[in-house]
Amino acid sequence: MSEIITTKDLCLWYGDNQALKNINLAIPEKSITALIGPSGCGKSTFIKTLNRMNDLIPSVKITGEVNYKGRNIFSKDTDVNELRRDIGMVFQKPNPFPMSIYDNVAYGPRTHGITSRVKLNEIVEQALKDAAIWDEVSDRLKKNALSLSGGQQQRLCIARALAVKPEVLLMDEPTSALDPISTSRIEELILQLKEKYTIIIVTHNMQQAVRISDNTAFFLLGDLVEFGKTEKIFSQPKDKRTEDYITGRFG
Amino acid sequence: MSKKRKFYIFLMRSIMIVTTAFTAILVLFLLAYVFIEGIPNITWELLSTKPSYLEERIGILPDILNTVYIVIATLIFLLPLGVGAAIYLTEYARNQRVVTTIEYAAETLSGIPSIIYGLVGMLVFSNNFGTSLLAGALTLVIMNLPTIMRTTQESLKTVPQSYREGAFGLGAGKWRVIRTVVIPGCLDGVITGCILSIGRILGESAALLFTAGFAHALNNFFTGLRSPGATLTVALYVYAKEEGEFEVAFAIAAILMMLTLLINLSATLVGKYFAKRKNI
Repeated sequence: MSEIITTKDLCLWYGDNQALKNINLAIPEKSITALIGPSGCGKSTFIKTLNRMNDLIPSVKITGEVNYKGRNIFSKDTDVNELRRDIGMVFQKPNPFPMSIYDNVAYGPRTHGITSRVKLNEIVEQALKDAAIWDEVSDRLKKNALSLSGGQQQRLCIARALAVKPEVLLMDEPTSALDPISTSRIEELILQLKEKYTIIIVTHNMQQAVRISDNTAFFLLGDLVEFGKTEKIFSQPKDKRTEDYITGRFG
Repeated sequence: MSKKRKFYIFLMRSIMIVTTAFTAILVLFLLAYVFIEGIPNITWELLSTKPSYLEERIGILPDILNTVYIVIATLIFLLPLGVGAAIYLTEYARNQRVVTTIEYAAETLSGIPSIIYGLVGMLVFSNNFGTSLLAGALTLVIMNLPTIMRTTQESLKTVPQSYREGAFGLGAGKWRVIRTVVIPGCLDGVITGCILSIGRILGESAALLFTAGFAHALNNFFTGLRSPGATLTVALYVYAKEEGEFEVAFAIAAILMMLTLLINLSATLVGKYFAKRKNI
């Protein structure tokens, strides 16, 4: 399996505060990578760096490299909008737009210039099917997305992200605001999506990382402490700090 | 409880009741007085003709039209300027000190007595465009800019950051995010700002006396803009003060009060409609 995203000596500061310290990480294609660590360890910051969502925060300073398919995403000839189409994102709190279900999913394709009604219908249906929500909403695509339940909203957001046909899907604690049943549905979905997409997921939930991920990265205070196969990390961690964290001694 | 204390409580309560009653009666008296004097004088002839000395007739149709024209002309300039400024300040501007300074200036601007706007408008606009509805409208634009900018800004701030993130995350550019996600979310603020501004335009007289003039000529929109003309409020002043036509003045007053009522009502309705839409 080849690596789709690699980072080289990636550092990030919020003002004078260093949030990421020399992160070197290689993420294999079509796999699920879980990022774990206590609050404030930099895992969310890291994931938001990968599609340059941190650009929206004025005080951020970044050094080092993030290479997506071998090209540095911070180089001048990178089109941020195209980058974000290739590397999609699902957020912690479901954030559908206050429009119809259909328009939510069609938002991305329309952004990237698709106007044909037939084509849009096709994309919307496929995205909703891929996100395992088609059966629940197919008869009310014109209804406002905010009328859906929290779990449905999050799957809609996943469908919305899939509709632009990304290669990578970044998920920032996508189930932390959901109930256990919705959570397990989304986990099943993530496992299915692995066939087509590379998934990087931030999670606070150790069991979730074990259940779904192939690889796990453990962050602590802005450092990448350990990265490896998930079974390895959770059965024989190399670092004492990883062991302390996964056995629940802090966090 | 001592008698003294009981009496004291009774006394204070009574004083408060009297002050409330006084306020209420004053408002009701004003309303009743204007409506009783005014409504019987609102005739079809008054509403549908222009004044004529030959026929010894007074009609306020030109003044009604002038009012409509000035509202439209003001909004044409006011909306893009105010909404544009608000969007720049909340969505683009990075320098917080500049933003605060401009906001403070806008706040101050909205507290200046309107006659000062009239004076400046006369020297700047009337000198260039002649005493005309256009000069009046431009003066009103400056007067109302702070209002529409601030209400739009306030409602832009209520558009959740998560909407913007969601759109950026799909690869949308800045302007597309603003056009498709941010502006629809702040429509209520824009509309409320518009309604408040229309209310202020209807009620404004001091700034228009200097700039738009007193004429009662019947014009179409474009000729109207280039000619002097009285709005309803200015016409009220003219008929009451210069011509002693108190029946007409009261009729106009009654009309203005009904319009104000209508505007307040629609502002409330718009607010309720959007509040409901946001909470589905």
